[in-house]
Amino acid sequence: MNNLQKNKLIDNAFKTIGILFTYLGILILAILLYKIIAAGSSRINWDFLTSLPSRKPEKAGIYTAILGTLDLMMLTIIISIPIGIGAGIYLEEYAKKTKLTTLLEINIANLAGVPSIIYGLLGLGIFVRFFNFGGSILSGALTLSLLILPIIIVATREAIKAVPSSLKEASFALGATKWQTIQKVVLPSSFGGILTGIILAMSRAIGETAPLIVVGAMAYVPFVPHSVFDTFSVLPMQIFTWTTRPKAGFAIAASGAIIILLILTFVMNGVAVYFRNKWQKKLGN
Amino acid sequence: MTTTTKNRKIEKIPQENILDNASKISIKEMDIWYGAFHAIKEVSMKINPNTVTAFIGPSGCGKSTFLRLFNRMNDYIESFHFDGKIKIDGKNIYGKKTNIEELRKKVGMVFQKPNPFPKSIFENVAYGLRIQGIKDKKIIAERVENSLKQVALWEEVKNDLKKSALALSGGQQQRLCIARTLAVQPSVILMDEPTSALDPISTASIEDLIFKLKEKYTIIIVTHNMQQASRISDYTAFFYMGNLVEYNKTELIFTKPEKKQTENYISGKFG
Amino acid sequence: MKLKEKIIELILQFFASITILTTVGIIAVLLFESITFFRSVSIIDFFTDTQWTPLYSEKHFGILALVSGTVLTSVIAISVALPIGLTIAIYLNMYASKEFKKTLKPFLEILAAVPTVVYGFFALSIVTPFLQSIYPNLETFNSLSAGIVMGIMIIPFVSSLSEDALSAVPKSLKEASFGMGATKFQTAFKVMVPAASSGITVSVILAISRAIGETMIVAIAAGQQATFTFNPTVPIQTITSYIVQVSMGDAPQGSIEYRTIFAAGLTLFVFTFILNSFSFYIKKKYQEKYE
Repeated sequence: MNNLQKNKLIDNAFKTIGILFTYLGILILAILLYKIIAAGSSRINWDFLTSLPSRKPEKAGIYTAILGTLDLMMLTIIISIPIGIGAGIYLEEYAKKTKLTTLLEINIANLAGVPSIIYGLLGLGIFVRFFNFGGSILSGALTLSLLILPIIIVATREAIKAVPSSLKEASFALGATKWQTIQKVVLPSSFGGILTGIILAMSRAIGETAPLIVVGAMAYVPFVPHSVFDTFSVLPMQIFTWTTRPKAGFAIAASGAIIILLILTFVMNGVAVYFRNKWQKKLGN
Repeated sequence: MTTTTKNRKIEKIPQENILDNASKISIKEMDIWYGAFHAIKEVSMKINPNTVTAFIGPSGCGKSTFLRLFNRMNDYIESFHFDGKIKIDGKNIYGKKTNIEELRKKVGMVFQKPNPFPKSIFENVAYGLRIQGIKDKKIIAERVENSLKQVALWEEVKNDLKKSALALSGGQQQRLCIARTLAVQPSVILMDEPTSALDPISTASIEDLIFKLKEKYTIIIVTHNMQQASRISDYTAFFYMGNLVEYNKTELIFTKPEKKQTENYISGKFG
Repeated sequence: MKLKEKIIELILQFFASITILTTVGIIAVLLFESITFFRSVSIIDFFTDTQWTPLYSEKHFGILALVSGTVLTSVIAISVALPIGLTIAIYLNMYASKEFKKTLKPFLEILAAVPTVVYGFFALSIVTPFLQSIYPNLETFNSLSAGIVMGIMIIPFVSSLSEDALSAVPKSLKEASFGMGATKFQTAFKVMVPAASSGITVSVILAISRAIGETMIVAIAAGQQATFTFNPTVPIQTITSYIVQVSMGDAPQGSIEYRTIFAAGLTLFVFTFILNSFSFYIKKKYQEKYE
């Protein structure tokens, strides 16, 4: 075999490995989904969704966990969206190129890399203890809001950057103030991109477990929360506690809860990808 | 430095002779820098009301920068700074009391590429009115119609006012952008190479329009196209390397230029 | 009008500064509780003792026991994620068609979007039994299974960042190599990977940072036994899973157990901070190179 043939062989071998590895991810995903659906689908019914958690695995449901997740997400949205979009607008449209701005940017990049459990410790120290909100929905939502803020800020900035400067100039030239221009031209044009970022941030938040454990989410919440100061559980928390129980029935219940959590996560991601494609097409024109 | 001193002498054109009315805009010893780059060098000029003045010169000569001084569009560039005086209607537009938004309502601008908002045709023209806080639907509708009529676009779009402005052709878009500017009722309109992105037919219609608009507005147009400057402008200013080389009645600039540089440029020897 | 504009700007500026407050808050909380912690525990013991038993009656505070668990799971994760992720990146960049890349991307994104608690469940109830069928001595809780699954979770991260780095290499380099008769494989490893090395390094560093901060997979699948060991078949505990363990119990505020999680958290924060800053520094340098 000459050199040329040898090189060709190596090239083809690597290509095959590349294909295998690329499909490996999909294969693992398929195994994961198959095993979980096989184990948990028998639990997916109306009772499972509307029952309280229980010590008996076959009776246990995810009612309070789902409601906790919905409440927590709602509050997180209310807190993080205005702050995240506002900060993004500030950095993109107002901030001058000073050292302080550079510091802000480096800081945001760094925050995005801080492990989520550290945010839990922050929440525990500040919201739970210092402000004395306790292990409440409010503490959880504030903690998650800080956690996803970098994602929303970065998405907002990217979306605003994509708005052609000619549109902003046109608005200024007609006598619009900066805020009028942002409100009437910049935000409507960047809406799709910002929305995509928010949904992706939410899909990240909905699966978070570690920071909520630290902040004090409960493993067992037998009642529906009424106020933001109530204790709470969430779907991932419920999955975690069921996973750590030795009784076999709980693994099945956990699988059922995972199916619900994955549906929520995948739907959110799908919607985000849909908006992203639609928005990119619109910008392309 | 010696060259600058020489150029300063060149710039001294007896403006009194060519300006027959009270001036609408006057600029005195204007210097503009972008960081360390000296973009405009001690330019002085006066511009008459209800005239079309063309700024010509090779790209990078500073003419667009100079134009953007008139409605303070340079303000957003952080490295921009200037030294000199510019008055519109006798008022210093860089004075402490100047309201930039008010200034821009008076001094409208049309850009190189048509830049309609991704909104409906109607909302594009109504934009300037809405940001002024005008809510009366009748007034807005009336002004939109008038503005679109002034740019001869009304007949083409009157049934499609709700359609996206992005669906219009390039020439229509540029006329829409002019209508959008007119709706705010400015007295000066700045045009930064308004036809450079358009086909010849659309260009001709915009040129006709500029000629008509002169009756009501003072127009300053930056152009690369010397034929265009000679067709539509009353006065022409030739810029080169940040200097105002020659400024005179258009017919004189194009038939009997005083400076060699001007002659070289208009005869196509460089640029 | 002017006043309204100014107020809006101030509000937006305040929103942006919340990110600074977050960092300040993290450092303040971690330092505050840790300083109190180190009043009762010697720093030297903290860094040299190899036992970590704050929840037992005979208390030891040797963070090395947790650090070893963290390093062990991270090393396993990176040895899975780096070769696979990098191979995928090279395959996508050099061999795959644009359409294939486009259809594949959403799948990789899904892999990255699966909540970590689900991966933890996957490790404990699917991967561990599978590994036990090959190697029966593997214990139910072990770092091998947790590390492998963590690696799978990080693959999309490595592959997409590395692919970005490869895409940023000027096309002319690739063409020059092809022009001299090199195969795709030769071009990839002799030209593309070296040219994109800083970007690939950044992706690896960020992946390491992700791995040492990952919590739920190890909390579920790796066990709760803080042992100073590099044996991948036995239960271990990482910094993160220790914090979870204490949080699931009810350590009263002000107790030494309560404070240990902040000292452990500070250690973790310093590790990730150094890694993130290092990657930021490399990224900065590498951007300059291409500009």
